[in-house]
Amino acid sequence: MSDREPQSALAAAIDQNKRNERVTRAWLLAPALAIILAISILPLGITVVYSFLTPGTYGGVTWEFSTDSYVQFLFQRDIFDDTLVFNSAYVSIFLRSIGLALGATLGALILGFPTAYFIATKPREQRNIWLFLITLPFWTNLLIRTYAMLLIIRDEGIINIMLMKAGIISSPLTILYTDTAVFIGLIYSFLPFMVLPIYASLEKLDFSLVEAGYDLYANRLKVLFHVIVPLAKPGIVAGCILVFIPGLGAYITPELLGGGKKLMIGNMIAMQFGASRNWPFGSAAALILMALVIVVLLVNALAARRGASNNG
Amino acid sequence: MAEPMTAMPASPQPRQRRRLVRDLKAMPGFTATAWLCIVTLYLPILVLIAFSFNENRSVVLWTGFSLDWYAKALENDGIRNAAWVSVKVALFATVISTIAATMAALATTRTKPFIGQGLVYGIINQPLMIPEIVTAIATLSLFALVKKLTGLNGIGYLMLAHAAFCIPFAYMPIRARLETMTLTLEQAAADLYAPPLKVFTLVTLPLLGPGIVAGAMLAFVVSLDDVIITLMIAGPGETTLPIYILGAIRRGITPEINAVSTILVAVSVLLVMLLFIVQRRMQR
Repeated sequence: MSDREPQSALAAAIDQNKRNERVTRAWLLAPALAIILAISILPLGITVVYSFLTPGTYGGVTWEFSTDSYVQFLFQRDIFDDTLVFNSAYVSIFLRSIGLALGATLGALILGFPTAYFIATKPREQRNIWLFLITLPFWTNLLIRTYAMLLIIRDEGIINIMLMKAGIISSPLTILYTDTAVFIGLIYSFLPFMVLPIYASLEKLDFSLVEAGYDLYANRLKVLFHVIVPLAKPGIVAGCILVFIPGLGAYITPELLGGGKKLMIGNMIAMQFGASRNWPFGSAAALILMALVIVVLLVNALAARRGASNNG
Repeated sequence: MAEPMTAMPASPQPRQRRRLVRDLKAMPGFTATAWLCIVTLYLPILVLIAFSFNENRSVVLWTGFSLDWYAKALENDGIRNAAWVSVKVALFATVISTIAATMAALATTRTKPFIGQGLVYGIINQPLMIPEIVTAIATLSLFALVKKLTGLNGIGYLMLAHAAFCIPFAYMPIRARLETMTLTLEQAAADLYAPPLKVFTLVTLPLLGPGIVAGAMLAFVVSLDDVIITLMIAGPGETTLPIYILGAIRRGITPEINAVSTILVAVSVLLVMLLFIVQRRMQR
């Protein structure tokens, strides 16, 4: 009896403690979760609902169920006999965007990997400065950076002027408002996202493995592609995803450097909520974009899991 | 070739090969690529800044140094209003998101692991994972609906939207700070009969200070720089500085845009440099 009572009191105290902890935790989490659920996640639900409604005359929606938005993505309804004809306009915008984002990812990898490697092999004190230099642009306004890029690749921009003064070209190269401009702009915008994760994985690289490679008669290329790159793979994959996803949904870059003519998904979606005012179709396009992003993330997660189980 | 082989059974080749690779870590062309990246990242911005000081109207030909464009920009009512809206929104978003993020960080690090922790991380980081344009139009749809139902208008919507996407940025450094802080001091205070609230205000909060400052600065910069979400949901009279700049670029390029842009870049860069210093202090 006398032994039991303090024990149950203790158990009760621990129980009380646990309950208190749960309550405290719930209260602490409440504001952040409430804001994000209400302002970021609930709207996604609304977007799903909107994508199945009918567009209103002056923007917005009328509450009538319709799958037209998704049909419109692939087909055009003939105004005379209501038959559906395949329409490649929107599909081609998606394909263009995927192509540009993939190209920019590859470009950023070709530039970013050597840079990350270069930083990772610097003495420790210098690394921080280099990392700071790579990170800083990320924190400066993307719109302003893109505008700055526009200034230098314009027909009258500094690049053309210098090339003309040097006598390399006689008339300015038209870069602005082309796919090339968007491609350059995307690399420029998201390059830091490629360098940082690759750096993070190269920083831990054990150079005795590189030495072993050379000892076994490998040349530099072989060491690079058979020793260093496989070891940096997690960083490379992370970097590619971090460049590809924002590249796919880019708005500012195609808007400024593509001149609004070379559309990407992001501009196409924004337009539906502006000038051409088809909110349901814009919602559907946004959801298709999000589905693409989720597919990329899922494939990556599955590949990572398989890789882990293979190694384990 | 055959003679030395018989004379020296251990082939001399490996040593020769090895000596060719003078620097184990060097890769040809990598240094040049790194410099190319830095030039690509900085040259456009430097050109932009340089021409904000140009005397001439041109953003191409340099004629002489002048601060005229800054004077013009500061006199411009559109720019002044936009700057004021930007600061108001960013301050509100920073305060709300930093408080919410600090509380959430305490909940996810100072209590035992709990069921649903992964989900909580997922929700907090959600604004980072979804393309901004999707969040933008989704938020627009929600706000349009709320406005229709309640008839309420105002800048509050924009402020709330900013607070939401600032939370993950404020959360990251605060959580990082909490994870490196040991519980010893807090336990010592509790052992000396300090009530939990006093432990928190007198011990935890001062130690957490640098993390909170870092989080607040990131939130401020992120809010100040936002374009896409603001562009979609800002009503009339709620033009922030980046939205003003976007409109001005569409109307035509002038050095005035360069001047405003330079100011905005300078604010971000100063804050981030300050942050860098704070974080270095934290590591010591």
